[in-house]
Amino acid sequence: MLRFLVRRLIVALLVAATVMTLAFILTRLSGDLAISIAGPNATASDIEAVRKAYGLDRPVLEQFFDWVGRAVTGDLGNSYFFQTRVSTLIAERMPVTLTLGLTGLSLALLLSIPMGILAAVRENTSFDRAVQMVALIGQAMPSFWLGLLLMIVFGLTLGWLPISGTGSWEHFVMPGTVLAFSAVPALTRLTRAGMIQAMGSDYIRTARAKGLSRASILLKHALRNAAIPVVAIAAVQLGFMLGGSIVIEQVFALHGVGFLAWESIAKNDFPVVQAVVLVLAVIYVALTMVSDLLNAVLDPRLRA
Amino acid sequence: MSTAVAINAGPRRGWRSAGTWIGAVIVGAALVCAIFAPLLVPHDPFAQDLNRRLLVPFWMEGHNPDFILGTDQLGRDYLSRLIWGCRISMLIGVTVTIVSALIGITIGVLGGFFGGRIDDAVLFAITTRLSIPVVLVALAVVGLLGTSMTLLVLTLGLLLWDRFAVVARSTSMQVRNLDFVAAAWCAGCSRFRVLSREVLPNIASHLVVVATLEIALAILLEATLSFLGLGVPPPLPSWGLMIAEAKDYMFFSPWVIVIPGVALFVLVLGINLLGDGLRDAFATRSRT
Repeated sequence: MLRFLVRRLIVALLVAATVMTLAFILTRLSGDLAISIAGPNATASDIEAVRKAYGLDRPVLEQFFDWVGRAVTGDLGNSYFFQTRVSTLIAERMPVTLTLGLTGLSLALLLSIPMGILAAVRENTSFDRAVQMVALIGQAMPSFWLGLLLMIVFGLTLGWLPISGTGSWEHFVMPGTVLAFSAVPALTRLTRAGMIQAMGSDYIRTARAKGLSRASILLKHALRNAAIPVVAIAAVQLGFMLGGSIVIEQVFALHGVGFLAWESIAKNDFPVVQAVVLVLAVIYVALTMVSDLLNAVLDPRLRA
Repeated sequence: MSTAVAINAGPRRGWRSAGTWIGAVIVGAALVCAIFAPLLVPHDPFAQDLNRRLLVPFWMEGHNPDFILGTDQLGRDYLSRLIWGCRISMLIGVTVTIVSALIGITIGVLGGFFGGRIDDAVLFAITTRLSIPVVLVALAVVGLLGTSMTLLVLTLGLLLWDRFAVVARSTSMQVRNLDFVAAAWCAGCSRFRVLSREVLPNIASHLVVVATLEIALAILLEATLSFLGLGVPPPLPSWGLMIAEAKDYMFFSPWVIVIPGVALFVLVLGINLLGDGLRDAFATRSRT
């Protein structure tokens, strides 16, 4: 178990280091940052001043190692636009994104696990086919469009829910639902496939032979095994959701990390953009690690 | 329960399933729209006329029969823009998939076929790629370098190769140990020949399925980026861009966002239905 943990940790650190390098290269793609920051009306001396002020006159490698050195200690630099520390900005915005992501994931699990179980139990019935249809629809639905439709129906026509902002829990209902929709197909399919496989296995036949109740067989024996891939994917899906929330935050004007990134891209605020990419990637790497560990705890066969 | 039983006892799959045919018809219609768009459009999709802004579509009262789906906020014919948008969606979906297929299949086959250190590197590349938030990075690249179709295709292509790599890796790993590959080695074939003549043809059906699903994903992502203002440059009528431009009017005339959204949804659904059908068809064939 310890060897498994150490190896997993080393891979995670290597991935984080690679993403760090990529995030740095990403912001240097446009060539001369100073020109973009100074704006279209800047004179040559303005650009020179910007270059000095932000340390862009130093060799690229020096800038890179300076950034990495600081980022490792949690200092992600200063925002050009907001004139504050990037880490403060991200910390301020993170609760909104996390609330959104966790709401989305909870809703998705609440929907997909029962749907997956029922579809598996009633395999090849019309209910099963309806569930698979829902999964197909969820896969094809553009999230930003679904968000706008919900706004028209529940925000304007019915007036049940607020259209934008983050004042109360009601503000998270529509964005959370939209985000959940993106994870439902994968989670439902996995639950269904896992349950079908588990229900056909020998230990379920044994449990049946022992005369256990149907509910006990389904929930205690089959679900426990079917849940392993679902738990793994749920953690990974949360990572995808945090990265994908940029679209939904923009649609519903939620001022989370995704919105911050979107604003910063428009304002050429490079330190913020590269920091958000890095933070989201690190969260994802951490979540996949958690999911692997959970798997190893749930299924001893995977610890080898 | 094994899948073989599911196929015999289950609902109709592959080419016997209605879903596959619905998907094929949708994709076929989209291809016709995409290829013959210049001949099909009833009006110039770029011609503005402020005298006929936001005309309503045919199912609403007071519509103009010349403009079946109405006009947008600049008086451009909505049907023509929709058809032209199909061309852009399909063009981007297919080109992005070609780029990502080239990258992903190369990486995946190398890892799966040679194993060892090479495979470790391939797995690491896949893990790293998955940890990168796609929408954010694509937005950042387009935001920094400016909006253009070529840039958009290259960016998405460079970001979406992971599924190709995963599938190419696992399938070529299975094929590598089969007898006909051993026979090719014994016959003295070169590595390149074994890979291109023995391995690739035998994993091709899996890759075709990935390709269809990948086209759908690329189309959705393009629409998302265009919606956020960092995708296809205006005045090109991308469906995502049409929804973004119409957003300010959606509370008064909901159809302005409903029409391009439905088009996007139906096309992506159709491609996915076709992809699922192809997968089942290949699965059935390989079993008989």
